Amino acid sequence: MALQAIAFYILAAATLGAGLLVITARNPVHSVLFLIAAFFAAAGLFVLLGAEFLAMILVVVYVGAVAVLFLFVVMMLDVDFSALRAGFSRYLPVGAVVATILVVEMVAVSVGVAQRGAAAGATPLAPTSVTNAEAIGRVLYTDYVYFFQAAGMILLVAMIGAIVLTLRHRAGVRRQSIVDQTARTPAAGMRLVQIKSGEGLRE
Amino acid sequence: MTIGLAHYLSVAAILFTIGVLGIFINRKNVIIILMSIELILLAVNINLVSFSVYLHQVTGQVYAMFVLTVAAAESAVGLAILVTYFRNRGDIAVDGVNVMKG
Repeated sequence: MALQAIAFYILAAATLGAGLLVITARNPVHSVLFLIAAFFAAAGLFVLLGAEFLAMILVVVYVGAVAVLFLFVVMMLDVDFSALRAGFSRYLPVGAVVATILVVEMVAVSVGVAQRGAAAGATPLAPTSVTNAEAIGRVLYTDYVYFFQAAGMILLVAMIGAIVLTLRHRAGVRRQSIVDQTARTPAAGMRLVQIKSGEGLRE
Repeated sequence: MTIGLAHYLSVAAILFTIGVLGIFINRKNVIIILMSIELILLAVNINLVSFSVYLHQVTGQVYAMFVLTVAAAESAVGLAILVTYFRNRGDIAVDGVNVMKG
């Protein structure tokens, strides 16, 4: 139990510290790297809770795909990021006040729910013979199969949307047009010219 | 001291607040705003998973997976819009977005 508590505090501190550095780092590349650290630590919290499948999904999806996408975009855009920090100190006091109120309220509500609300006295799920992935699969592919399909549809739409948004046709770039090539006939492609002897061909 | 549901919910609450604060103080940098939204969704996921574990109901984890799907799709489309915006205007200061008509 003590080991679990130590692991929880380390992982929670890592998650929150990395999260705080995401929003305060001067260099956006560092922000992305701290975002990766935050997601890794959160995956550790998920493992601690007993949700191993979701923890691995988090690492694969976020660290493997989303964070790399962010890194790619941050490095691709040639932007002066210091100019974008102009309002940082101006918005900080108001933001800090709002954040303090928000965190006090939310922690109070969370503790209230956990100790006296719907989840009062709840104990974590004891390890059973059914693994976490199996438990999720049993529910996901039966009760929620249509939602699962809809999630796939959302990903497809997002993929096509991202491609359509970033695709551009540059003017002046000569592309192969297969339709034009296959529609070309001898009549369109060549011309017989009768040349009188002694005269050259003048175009 | 044992770690209970309240601890996990508190971590999620603080992480959510960090995300909101990130949107507040980085109002011009849309990349950081997108990252803050990811932090907020991560906090939501921590909430869902901890309730799922403590209420012995695996549905919460299924729902967290759907949140993850939507978050991934959102960041992909958001970054695509960002790249298009950068191509048109040459910078990513989002306080200039209102000059785009239509």
